[in-house]
Amino acid sequence: MSSRYTFGGDEHIFVEVDEEMSLEAFFVSLSMTNAVRNANIKGVTEICPANASFQIKFDPDVIHPDDMMKELKRLEAQTEQGDNLLETRIVEVPVYYQDPWTYETLMRFRDRHQDPNATDIEYAASINGYDSVEKFIEAHSGAPWFVSMVGFVSGLPFLYQMVDRSRQIQVPKYLRPRTDTPRQTIGYGGTFTSIYSVRGAGGYQMLGITPMQIFDPEQRLSYLKDFMVFFKPGDIVKFKPVNREEYDAAIAQVRAGEFMPRIRNVRFSLSEFNADMDGTNAKLMEALYDH
Amino acid sequence: MTINVISAGIATTIQDLGRPGYYHLGIPMSGAMDRLALKTANLLVGNDEGAAGLESVFVGPELEFTRDTTVAICGAELPPKVDGEPRDTWTAFTVKAGQVLSFDFLKSGARIYIAISGGITTPMHLGSRSTYAIGTLGGVNGRPVQPGDSLPLGKSNKTVKDGLLVPKALRRGPSNPAELRVLPGLYWHRITEQAQNNFFEDTWKVANETDRMGYRFQGGRKLEFVEREQPFSAGADPSNITDACYPYGSIQVPSGSEPIVLHRDAVSGGGYFMLGAVISADMDLIGQLQPNTPVRFVKVDMEAALAARKEQATIMDEIREVLS
Repeated sequence: MSSRYTFGGDEHIFVEVDEEMSLEAFFVSLSMTNAVRNANIKGVTEICPANASFQIKFDPDVIHPDDMMKELKRLEAQTEQGDNLLETRIVEVPVYYQDPWTYETLMRFRDRHQDPNATDIEYAASINGYDSVEKFIEAHSGAPWFVSMVGFVSGLPFLYQMVDRSRQIQVPKYLRPRTDTPRQTIGYGGTFTSIYSVRGAGGYQMLGITPMQIFDPEQRLSYLKDFMVFFKPGDIVKFKPVNREEYDAAIAQVRAGEFMPRIRNVRFSLSEFNADMDGTNAKLMEALYDH
Repeated sequence: MTINVISAGIATTIQDLGRPGYYHLGIPMSGAMDRLALKTANLLVGNDEGAAGLESVFVGPELEFTRDTTVAICGAELPPKVDGEPRDTWTAFTVKAGQVLSFDFLKSGARIYIAISGGITTPMHLGSRSTYAIGTLGGVNGRPVQPGDSLPLGKSNKTVKDGLLVPKALRRGPSNPAELRVLPGLYWHRITEQAQNNFFEDTWKVANETDRMGYRFQGGRKLEFVEREQPFSAGADPSNITDACYPYGSIQVPSGSEPIVLHRDAVSGGGYFMLGAVISADMDLIGQLQPNTPVRFVKVDMEAALAARKEQATIMDEIREVLS
């Protein structure tokens, strides 16, 4: 892995850590963006980590683009990758898979889909070699996920599953993007799960929906009081399948302003994870469920 | 003190200079697409350059005023009228209580900026009044302006001269054909040398799908990609990359066919390669391009980009000088 530095016009530097996605590349992106933030470089206006890359926006009237470039490369040389420790939190996100709302939506856009005779989740299960949708849901909700990027639109997280590459689910995006996606849809595109923070256009396959609001400019719910966007890169997520009754109960709690997801603070080590993925994930589950 | 919206025009939104600092969470800076035009309009009516005004596209709103005040319209040539009497753009004029500001047909450009003495004082979200409808931030309860809205105005703290104007030489508008200067970079290496040349040789046209998020262009030759085995997680199409950040002004070309230049309400990231970015000095002009306008992309290096940026800053300084 050797980072590629390039300018995005005269106000951005874009750094591609790796062409392909991996937790290693994501950790470099996260540690580099943290290093840039801590360095307090004059002229830096935006620091954006992404899956396997990151981007810095700066004011070229304050710092010359060449100097900004030098500064970033200097930081990269200084930033120790070490054992890749991360103090973070694990969050349980309830998911009503195969819900009626994303079903209604996907039926309206069958002409834009690879397999018009299957639903999105049936298609995703079948091309990944799962015998049934239930087995697919087991895999999707079994191992936890890393929030590896927040963006596209307001507070939308991209999540990457914490499993060996051979177990990664891969699903192409729609042939042509939909013009509609229900708010809080659980989507899948490439190797990423997304949670649509707002209603709108989208190209990811629709697997289900969560009752948990993750973006609210009014900040009505207690877990959105600090900021209107819930997720940040580095968060760990465990999806929990729920049925219609549980979904409705959670929605009622959200409406009453009382919903609160299960959240625990955890320490994550990438080296430990790479040495024993299932063991590390099991420990994360113990932390989440207070075992 | 308020102004009453009788009709809204097209895509009329409250905009100031935006809310930088939240792009890493998918919240774009927003703000006036043509920043120079908004700043100038504000200076004409004695406001701070970053006061909130209205941005309208092609068709202006009808606004009823409830007190005597000063107004200025900059940006596109969309002639203003007060109770039906013509007024000049780029010029401060008085509107009296009870009078109605309306607009004639568009002559050139695409977006006007309406500055009103005292500025619009709707609530701020994350430090800005700019409308970002996708995230229901700023604007009127997070949305564009609608008929029936009453927009609150601030107190004006400066006396303004009726008839104050910006000399013609300092009024910026797009040329026809328009030229947008581009610094190649980002995933420039993904397209063939032939495609790199074609992109700058061809004349493109502004497509109908243009908004604050981005401008789409059509008519040039399809870009061919350098062959490769697609990286893990990037997606099968050669124009796909592992989802990454999108710079403002970056030019993505899904499937190699229609370039999209991201603007002030940019999506902050996604899975399409970008061949470079429009330089900061030319971003304002994009907001003034009408559909079907022929456009040439012109290749520049960083030195030229910074020189152009300086030149634009000089124009703004001259405007400040004239209006001070």
